[in-house]
Amino acid sequence: MSAGSITRISGPVIYAQGLEDAGLYDVVKVGKAGLIGEIIKLKGDLATIQIYEDNTLMRVSEPVECLHRPLSVALGPGLIGSIYDGIQRPLPVLKSLSGAFLAPGLAGEPLDTQKKWHFVPAIKEGDPIAPGTAFGIIKETDSIVHRLIFDSLVPACTAATVAPEGDYTISATLVKSSDGKEYTAMSYWPVRTPRTFKEKQVTHEPLVTGLRVIDVLFPIAKGGSAAVPGGFGTGKTMTQHAIAKWCDADIIVYIGCGERGNEMTEVLTEFPTLIDPRTGRSLMERTVLIANTSNMPVAAREVSIYTGITIAEYYRDMGYHVAVMADSTSRWAEALRELSGRLEEMPAEEGFPAYLPTRLAEFYERGGMVTTLESKKGSVTIIGAVSPPGGDFSEPVTQHTKRFVRCFWALDRDLANARHYPAISWNDSYSEYTEDLIAYWDAIDPSWDTLRSRTMEILKKERRLADIVRLIGPDALPDEQRLILLTADMIKNGFLQQSSFDKVDMYCAPPKQTLLLTCILTFHELAENAIKSGSPLLKISALPIREKLIRLKSSLENEKVQEGQAVIQEIRTAFARLGAAQGAVSA
Amino acid sequence: MRGLEYHGILRADGPIVIAEHRENVGFSELVSLRDRTGEDRLGKVVDISEQAIAVQLFSENTGISIDGSWIEYLEKPLTFRVGDGIVGRIFNGLGEPIDGYPPIMSSDLRDINGSPINPSARVYPRDFIQTGISAIDGMNTLIRGQKLPIFSGNGLPHNRLAAQIVRQAKVLSGESQFAIVFAGMGIKYDVARFFIDSFEKSGVLARVVMFLSLADSPSIERLVTPRTALTAAEYLAYEKNMHVLVVMTDMTNYCEALREVSAARNEVPSRKGYPGYLYSDLASLYERAGKIEGCEGSITQLPILSMPNDDISHPIPDLTGYITEGQIVLERDLSQRGIYPPIAGLPSLSRLMKDGIGEGMTREDHRDLAAQLFSAYAYVRSVRDLAAIIGEEELSDRDKVFLGFGDRFEREFLAQGEFENRSIEQTLDLGWKMLSILPESELVRIPPKLIEKYLPRAAEPEAKE
Repeated sequence: MSAGSITRISGPVIYAQGLEDAGLYDVVKVGKAGLIGEIIKLKGDLATIQIYEDNTLMRVSEPVECLHRPLSVALGPGLIGSIYDGIQRPLPVLKSLSGAFLAPGLAGEPLDTQKKWHFVPAIKEGDPIAPGTAFGIIKETDSIVHRLIFDSLVPACTAATVAPEGDYTISATLVKSSDGKEYTAMSYWPVRTPRTFKEKQVTHEPLVTGLRVIDVLFPIAKGGSAAVPGGFGTGKTMTQHAIAKWCDADIIVYIGCGERGNEMTEVLTEFPTLIDPRTGRSLMERTVLIANTSNMPVAAREVSIYTGITIAEYYRDMGYHVAVMADSTSRWAEALRELSGRLEEMPAEEGFPAYLPTRLAEFYERGGMVTTLESKKGSVTIIGAVSPPGGDFSEPVTQHTKRFVRCFWALDRDLANARHYPAISWNDSYSEYTEDLIAYWDAIDPSWDTLRSRTMEILKKERRLADIVRLIGPDALPDEQRLILLTADMIKNGFLQQSSFDKVDMYCAPPKQTLLLTCILTFHELAENAIKSGSPLLKISALPIREKLIRLKSSLENEKVQEGQAVIQEIRTAFARLGAAQGAVSA
Repeated sequence: MRGLEYHGILRADGPIVIAEHRENVGFSELVSLRDRTGEDRLGKVVDISEQAIAVQLFSENTGISIDGSWIEYLEKPLTFRVGDGIVGRIFNGLGEPIDGYPPIMSSDLRDINGSPINPSARVYPRDFIQTGISAIDGMNTLIRGQKLPIFSGNGLPHNRLAAQIVRQAKVLSGESQFAIVFAGMGIKYDVARFFIDSFEKSGVLARVVMFLSLADSPSIERLVTPRTALTAAEYLAYEKNMHVLVVMTDMTNYCEALREVSAARNEVPSRKGYPGYLYSDLASLYERAGKIEGCEGSITQLPILSMPNDDISHPIPDLTGYITEGQIVLERDLSQRGIYPPIAGLPSLSRLMKDGIGEGMTREDHRDLAAQLFSAYAYVRSVRDLAAIIGEEELSDRDKVFLGFGDRFEREFLAQGEFENRSIEQTLDLGWKMLSILPESELVRIPPKLIEKYLPRAAEPEAKE
């Protein structure tokens, strides 16, 4: 080990010299306290280091030790249900070491080394070993089977010994290869390097979120990427929580990057009590949390995103569909800016470093649907929150993010103010996955594509009419146009708006989503006809069925969606009666 | 080294002093600088290299000379002496008593920067605090352990509102020990006096710890004031098991001081000249609110900030809003119409409200009622915009009803007396009374069975107004 010494301390950035043979992004232990850091720049003998912990009272000429390996995460059974800080230190373990407050210089094993897992071998002695060979399985939780697979760092050879089925800790040798290497259930992977796979695939399967505005209007595919930008208080975190709770991914990696401590506590207290509708198990049994809150060291915030996505890729390689929630990528970009400022780099826009777009691109490109080394199908879907200053989407982080995501869920201040949640704006949002997903929806409801385009059309017309109304008032419009306003209002209140507190409404299954829309659009169609045959709008809007339709989202349970046909019948009857009454008047 | 003074400095530039490198000086270490007249000033080490040490002073810099200065390195970060005796006392921003009474007798020194709370050791805040103010209790509920800032503007009654909250705040589920920590940063003497008087009148002065860095104290001292105050608060909450309400005013002055120092250090500025780390820096204050496991006490923060030019997208309120758990926004228009408290209905928000209200905590109808009031009031705003263009007479009957609702909502629900203390039941009933102005079919955010149970029926005479 080569020992150097500190020559300068400037906040979380340290300069050291005398580190022999140090490489970029090598991990270093800095000072007497042994704080973890990473080399980010080398110039001659001088290394620039960012450290991940508080360095109060650190002195010049204290020792620096280079570990000659990049920052890596430990991967193995026991990740699920854990909560880590940005450099994968287990927070509950740190709590037992230093109490409720985090002290610098603490270390803890990321995975429980004492716990025994039941290992079932998948190969036998003499079998060939290569990257992508699964050598055993461990049942990690009731819903997650952990496949132990040789990663691409493992050289091809044969298995000399294989441990028999039984209970082992993660440090026990399970396979010994013919070239003398020993393999356990745990492996390491450098966080800044994407894990290898065979090839990327085009994706035709949606990530069903249970949020109507997303699934129908702006759907996201498994392996896709989406950005959720919004000013403060518009519900970014609430939207991410809702997706994390109800989306049909197998595993959720939730990265709290520079956000509030209480939000992570909320996930920690709420998720174990919620039941995953698909597996019937607690939601915490499919969740990994990375919590680097806003008051924790800023350099660790920068790396937390990579820690999270590496864990996600690890499960993807077992053939799972993983969804990553990154809340918030703006805080990550700000960490980049802060470190860049300390390095006295030339700033580009708004003080952000010029390499911000490159880093964003690299991050979002780590998502995707892939054929794994084992030739299975797995995916990582990335949903990143963006917190634009002043809610202004023209700022650099939002603008650059837009270039690398294909789904944009813009949160709207006015909707949030009216407590219309999720406050996803139908004017500014878009999804480029719509075309790819038609095949999937055809199996559920062939009318999906028509429904969504008609809905978008009505909302678009309403927007134009609203501009006119703002000038001359609604009374000046003819009934056909006022009907558009009425229907748009029903779509907003009865479909787009969704309560995360209502037990029935919080998760909406795809068949119910299309049913609700079918009901509202049937109403619209019949109302159009009724107006043509002379019924006044006033009578149509007074129909009791209208209010019933708006309430249908919370009165009709997901399992009872077939009862919806009766509602459509009810709409027809109501209009038939209205028509008859109108006929009587005109006669 | 401690007890050893080094003679001379290399450069003095604003609040930053550069001294020659010395062995064994630590980052963030506290520094005492004695000038040619013998006056001591405190500062901290912000950058060390093998050649030089940069020190940021906490006090003003007049009279510092190159050859006449002596520097002592104190081998510890800036600390605050905590002990039972701090309650009822007044300190300056650096934590030195300024009320004329003897210093605190304790050997317990705490680093004022604190340590971040381990997220897995936090307890999610759920206890409802009744402030007796309808706009807060009903619409933007305050929760114990929350950080809920007041976004105000110059000339708006934020101080009166904060004093009213301090006076009336109580938890419904029984009483326990409480304390108030007050941090005044760059405020005028009269404002500080107003708070002292108001604490005295409501009989809580003996439970207040005050930290005053008034407008005439050096601006750099304001960077330390909230940290000292929060150190006191953490001691009272997590060791003395008290429920601490921290009032910090005015955060804008704090941020200005931060900008001043950042500029003096030639850092790359981000928006409006504020440093790029303004978010992280503010977070290191606001995140010190909360509740932790195994501890009765809690810290609830009520920071007050004046929005420069009433602009909510200015970096200070903007970044604050991203960190805090909601905000109470005061609106000049309401204030000018004589409505107190002028709490803006729509932009105000309490993020922790959702888990602290409802059956067993406030009342079963609270959540839906609040959602409906917000939604209706949002519509009122759009109707008003329309009425401003086409005139009220041209509005449809439905819109006219909403307009009437809006006016009464502001005059009867939002507005109340400075000494009026409404119980949560009164607030909620008042909310229902407001909703009864609207046709029942408009109340789509409320389940029918709650409407059935709580909506006052049209038989009441005032519904005909």
